[in-house]
Amino acid sequence: MSTADTPKTWDEFMEGVWKQNPTFVMILGMCPTLAVTVSAVNAISMGLATLFVLVCSCGLVSMMRNVTPKEVRIAVYIVIIATFVTAVDYAIQAISLALYDALGAFIQLIVVNCIILGRAEAHAAKNPPMPAMINAAGMGVGFTIGLLALGVVREILGAGTLFGITLFGAGFQPWVIMVLPPGGFFVLGAWLLFFSWLERRKLRRQSSATEVTQHV
Amino acid sequence: MSDPSSTDKKVIPIVVAAAESAAPESPTGPMIRTLGLVSAICGLIIVGAYQGTYDAVAANKRIATERAVFKVLPKAKTIAEFLAQPGGGVSKVGAGETAIAPGAVKFFAAYDETGKLAGIAAEGGAKGYADTVRIMFGYQPDCQCVVGIGVVSMRETPGIGDKIITDKEFLANFTALDVKLKDDLSALANEVKAVKHGAKANAWQVDAIAGATITSRAVGKAINDTAQSLLPRLVPNLDKLKTS
Repeated sequence: MSTADTPKTWDEFMEGVWKQNPTFVMILGMCPTLAVTVSAVNAISMGLATLFVLVCSCGLVSMMRNVTPKEVRIAVYIVIIATFVTAVDYAIQAISLALYDALGAFIQLIVVNCIILGRAEAHAAKNPPMPAMINAAGMGVGFTIGLLALGVVREILGAGTLFGITLFGAGFQPWVIMVLPPGGFFVLGAWLLFFSWLERRKLRRQSSATEVTQHV
Repeated sequence: MSDPSSTDKKVIPIVVAAAESAAPESPTGPMIRTLGLVSAICGLIIVGAYQGTYDAVAANKRIATERAVFKVLPKAKTIAEFLAQPGGGVSKVGAGETAIAPGAVKFFAAYDETGKLAGIAAEGGAKGYADTVRIMFGYQPDCQCVVGIGVVSMRETPGIGDKIITDKEFLANFTALDVKLKDDLSALANEVKAVKHGAKANAWQVDAIAGATITSRAVGKAINDTAQSLLPRLVPNLDKLKTS
């Protein structure tokens, strides 16, 4: 790996974006991933809302890490996460009610998103605020990319539009199942297939380059 | 595993629990202090977010309602919010009032540019295929009929149930849907009801969309329920609403 020469913060950031992408590598937060990705706008809004909650709550959890007794840590994390989710909830209502209706209960459900609690427990509680927030931002961006990847495909196939702009002529017959729940599973499955194929191809190339046999 | 061994096992958790309680504990003081501190910080953040977004949220909600009313009553220029009280009679809702007495029905009186009543708009909801279908409908006192509908919220199947927004044939039902009251003004003369596609015979029936009968029925029921409770109270008081 040639990561030694890149700056450490960048490394920390890219960890969540690529190497441990919450959607495609850790397979976390599947509930919003499948539910809200019917359009690219919904997907990116949900991703950004989660990103905001992740960064803010990890920052605060990290700042409080030295005064948080271990017995009450989960309660402290949940209160902090719920606070920022409430703030995001108000912010989205203020930006657009149509968007708020489209995202529905999934904004409130960010509270129990395992990506956030997982970051707070596994990383923010053990690191100073700056690295914790950078790591959280990486995870948030990774999650947003994951949602966007699903949202773009589902919107194009299921509605023939992208960010609300019609892409095809009048002859296009939308593939409605793609914006229904089964479509979420199909598209997620296809992306997972693609990423595991990339991973295997990389491993194969490495092993043939170094002429060391690797077991996948 | 046999039964005798399971009775032996019952002892084990008690031993474990006793060992756990002997583990070192943080003192109660810091725990209370931390929880108090976190609650205080979080409380401040929530109050700040609420205060900061209050005006924008209220404005958004008002715009959304106005847009829905203007859609079903295109001639409207201004709207005023009213409540039809359970005992009869209507009262104007002032700005900032949000509490609604139980049984009261909210409706909007819409006025054209000269200040004359352009129509009444009210919201209704009924269970559709996936979730409650909430619609706004426009009521015209002159013909005692529903003159337009718009969807406020729904989660019907895309491409099937959501045709109620786009299907021209279906929307034609609501250009003059009869909601006349009985002579004693106690209820609708004819119940508004969705009938099977192509079976519409009367002005108070809704011709359902083929393949989306359940959603169509929900629209019919939503109009019927609201009209049944609102119109008997509204019609005797129409004179009060004639001008803004």
